[in-house]
Amino acid sequence: MSDVVVMGAGMHPWGKWGRSFVAYGLHAARAALAEAGLEWRDVGYVAGADTIRNGYPGFVAGATFAQALGWTGARVSSSYAACASGAQALAAARAQILAGLCDVALVVGADAAPKGFFRPVGGDRPGDPDWLRFRLLGATNPLYFALYARRRMALYGATPDDFARVKVKNARHGLGNPNARYRKEVTAAEVAASPVVSDPLRLLDVCATSDGGAALVLASQEYARRRGTGAPVRIAAVSTVTPTFPKTVLDLPDFATDAAVAAPPPERPFRAALAHAAYEEAGIGPDDLSLAEVYDLSTALELDWYEDIGLCPAGAAETLLRSGATELGGRVPVNPSGGLASFGEAVPAQAIAQVCELTWQLRGTAGDRQVTGARTGIAVNQGLFGHGSAVIATR
Amino acid sequence: MDATKERRPAVDGWFTPAPDVRLLGTRCTACGTPYFPRNDLACRNPACEGPRDGSELTEHTLSATGRVWSFADARYRPPPPSVSPEPFRPYIVAAVELDAERMVVLGRVAPDVSLDDLAVGQTVELTEGVLYEDDTTAYTVWMWRPLP
Repeated sequence: MSDVVVMGAGMHPWGKWGRSFVAYGLHAARAALAEAGLEWRDVGYVAGADTIRNGYPGFVAGATFAQALGWTGARVSSSYAACASGAQALAAARAQILAGLCDVALVVGADAAPKGFFRPVGGDRPGDPDWLRFRLLGATNPLYFALYARRRMALYGATPDDFARVKVKNARHGLGNPNARYRKEVTAAEVAASPVVSDPLRLLDVCATSDGGAALVLASQEYARRRGTGAPVRIAAVSTVTPTFPKTVLDLPDFATDAAVAAPPPERPFRAALAHAAYEEAGIGPDDLSLAEVYDLSTALELDWYEDIGLCPAGAAETLLRSGATELGGRVPVNPSGGLASFGEAVPAQAIAQVCELTWQLRGTAGDRQVTGARTGIAVNQGLFGHGSAVIATR
Repeated sequence: MDATKERRPAVDGWFTPAPDVRLLGTRCTACGTPYFPRNDLACRNPACEGPRDGSELTEHTLSATGRVWSFADARYRPPPPSVSPEPFRPYIVAAVELDAERMVVLGRVAPDVSLDDLAVGQTVELTEGVLYEDDTTAYTVWMWRPLP
């Protein structure tokens, strides 16, 4: 199989800027094209990652970005997969190139997010589980994250100090990242002094919602070679597998898990299955990783990911964290970008932003957050309703 | 709560009212998989050898007790369509593992129970409580409470 390579990565800084999501996407797309040394007219396929909080243009994001860049007749797709939308757009673009249908594809995701808790889309929809979990349970996203956090505490002896340590680490990583929203040291005492949102999680344990935009220019290896791109970053795997029945780990927006009566729980729970499929596709394992970008919707969830991507056995994430292995300078830095802790979440842009970070790390252009000698990285993400992704990039 | 108010479930057909509060779901007669909330479409077990056209699904009443898988509270008012009292009062949600069904079900925790009263692994039972009220009606849901 011919490889797909990243020719350019670009972002609009995360924050609350008060502009249209189209402006952030346009900015990111132009930055990625500039880094690739390509013109928008060179792009044969544009894959947009949708936002559901910005009206109709957000539902047809691929066309919205194509229009903003200027209609060229490029083929287009628009993908929605909740938090995994960006990875789904990436998967669509990569498949086009692998199929030989185009040489160059542009992947763009951007969001302008409201402040505060995410809420279900508008209207009275008592048949929609996302509407019902707010109505009947008052179960916000952070409340689900808090359920996972408490479970870690009970099963593995995680403590609020461990959760704070994740925040302190990621805040330090994000300090020098020009695209991060929060660029400031955070102390464990500050985490402990922040208000409880959903016990056991505090405000500084939970990621914020943000504006932001991210884009990637992908190309076939042959095309990149013809353009003289030396040793480009390769996309070695994109996994978007669904869970396997019975899904026994509670997920947003479920009221209940599947019952494990007729069939035993799968060998790998959902998040682990996402990573495993990517490792299989890339022909590598966790020991080959130089770094990982994981979806730290909460500090505690970062610890779950350590185990899901195979950095350590179940129950050993706290020990791995305390050892310093996942800090910059450690054996396998996790979230060198600063993660969602430093960015907040711009839903359709976030999975693309993770791959931007892998690209810059593997090129060795990540500045003072550079992982020394980075060769292989994984970016993992969990959406809603059974969507998720794992992307492996190599040098 | 005003005792003269009419009590009505906040959702129809998900649970039986007090005193014998039970969750109502469905169950596949072919492979035995129970569902909550109810699934009437088709059994979702890909290995099920039933017809998987919905005819295999029958009414099922779930266990009334289980063990706490995890729990968390809400300290801030959630957005609509949640309905919260004025002034806002924090509330607890528990995820409870049902032994017979081998599944985890979410529910509010009875309002007189505090975080300190709860522990992962402890046995809880179903009760009914008021989720919100208007001028004439108290709307109820299933809730979990520790066994006495």
